[in-house]
Amino acid sequence: MIVLAKQVPDTKAITGKAMNRDGTVNRAALPMVFNPDDLHALEEALRLKERVGGTVTVLTMGLPKACDVLREALYLGADHAVLLTDRRAAASDTLATSYILSCAARFLGPFDVVFCGRQAIDGDTAQVGPQTAEKLGLTQITYVQRIEDVAGAQIVCRRITDEGYEIVAAKLPVLLTVTDTANEVRSPCAKRMMAFKKARAPVEIEAELKSAAGEGAPPPEAALLESRREKLASRGLLIRQINLADIGADLSMCGRDGSPTKVKRIQSIILTASGSKKFDPTPEGVQTLIHELVEDYAIG
Amino acid sequence: MDTINRQGEVWVFAQQTDGKAADVGLELMSKARELADQLGVPMAAVLLGSQVRRLCETLFGHGADKVYLAEHSLLAHYQTNPYARIIVDLARKERPQAMVFGATAMGRDLAPRVASALRCGLTADCTDLEIGDYKDPVNKENYRDILYQIRPAFGGNIIATIVNPRHWPQLATVREGVMRLADPQVGRTGKIVDFPVELKPEDLGLVLRETFKAPKKVNLKAARVIVAGGMGVGSKENFALIYDLANVLGAAVGASRAAVDAGFIDKDHQVGQTGTTVRPVLYIACGISGAVQHRAGMSESNRIVAVNKDPQAPIFGVAHYAIVGDLKKVVPMMVDAVRKRG
Repeated sequence: MIVLAKQVPDTKAITGKAMNRDGTVNRAALPMVFNPDDLHALEEALRLKERVGGTVTVLTMGLPKACDVLREALYLGADHAVLLTDRRAAASDTLATSYILSCAARFLGPFDVVFCGRQAIDGDTAQVGPQTAEKLGLTQITYVQRIEDVAGAQIVCRRITDEGYEIVAAKLPVLLTVTDTANEVRSPCAKRMMAFKKARAPVEIEAELKSAAGEGAPPPEAALLESRREKLASRGLLIRQINLADIGADLSMCGRDGSPTKVKRIQSIILTASGSKKFDPTPEGVQTLIHELVEDYAIG
Repeated sequence: MDTINRQGEVWVFAQQTDGKAADVGLELMSKARELADQLGVPMAAVLLGSQVRRLCETLFGHGADKVYLAEHSLLAHYQTNPYARIIVDLARKERPQAMVFGATAMGRDLAPRVASALRCGLTADCTDLEIGDYKDPVNKENYRDILYQIRPAFGGNIIATIVNPRHWPQLATVREGVMRLADPQVGRTGKIVDFPVELKPEDLGLVLRETFKAPKKVNLKAARVIVAGGMGVGSKENFALIYDLANVLGAAVGASRAAVDAGFIDKDHQVGQTGTTVRPVLYIACGISGAVQHRAGMSESNRIVAVNKDPQAPIFGVAHYAIVGDLKKVVPMMVDAVRKRG
């Protein structure tokens, strides 16, 4: 089983601290989190593993910082964590992202189920799941609320529809997108936290060695890096790191070049001064307001 | 598909279930009609199903010049694989310049699959569509008359205008209720273009075991008055205050996404870009800060009252009446004042 996870800025944490003086959002001030729907996808994968066996590999694409979500996945019970990081993947839209993820899934495969969250809270598009399924030639089951049964090479799921819900069966392999109503995500296991808090990807090892050496010091020697890497690997703490070349991705389909959508304009929302009529938060003020609304036929 | 077809039509996916056309498809047709007129091209609906030919009349009435009709007994119930395959084949053959889908569970399952197969861009949950020009800042090329796909992003704190200048058709999804449902023109006709379909049960990918209808308990779209609560309500228990006010007003209860995400209230109540878009006579926002995400779904309400502790809350930017104060005190006062109104 492969779980696709994304590290996202916590768009719910937009408080005064994360606002610029002009009323726009200061994105850098937002904490980065495990995309909530992806946690439900991981939980569903872990539960399936507990029922029928198998292994759970969590894959994330992003900056080295995205290793935080991989460690979190390991705390929760994932067997393997893979970081796909590559500068040439930057500025990918959903089409390019799904292309890259499909190459990575093939590279990591074979698999029976690819789990995705329904959507990510930064873009809310819900597109990467279905697009990845298309690229992998997989049947997709979106809006999954429950895995009813897995037997032989068949999976039965309950999915949300516009009218209510439906029960569908599909032959493995499939791609599922999981909703937040599917399950309660477990708490991280303390023992696993102790074990995996030291898990690192090679790119993190390098950054740590550099910062330990201080500014202006020569870059860490290859031999040193290698020994650190081997040490971690021997303890099962090396996060696997891959790039676009490893997965054989066609670069013309990645990053900016592979993204048909362009952002023409971004307007930050500026909190304009109010042109509204003010009423006092007192019984009198409220009465005046209600009276006005009655006069206005807004309330009967 | 990389080629740009300037004569290409503007298409709307005419979603239907059990032979009934979904409102969202009809809403999109009024917008698509506008865009097609501006471009000087026909507007067409794409209708898939089993024995749905009689719906064509409705689609013509809502502005379609043409209906591409694909009928097959195996299309009776929506399924991703056959629906996507047919639309992809049809788009390759007819080369439309744009296609819009309702951002329903069905549309959001289908559109990305179609976009991926056609290798073209797709913008989800647009709140507006316009035609305009675009100059590519990298290659300095000018693109005339392309589709601006406008949507809030980043939790609704920015509004982005997205374009797909080179990879056509230009695809977008739009939430239900965002575009206005126009009255149908009785007697308006158009051309039905039959698209023959060959399907075998094994082409479907899924086996449908059972379907369950669970009608939405909350009908926000039809409500004359809505009282909505946000994070400021503080807890599930405190939502009783919102219900009290709604009850005395005979109003429906709405909520912001934050309140839904916090588990204060069920998702059916959510107003906003990812919830329901509403235009009631009166909208009372209590403890809602007013992210664009939310405002996109309620700013066209006739009268907006906002109650919030924070005088800087963006909700006051769209409110007609403002009370800066603690909703836990103000809402009971409102209940009282409504009861005592003369």
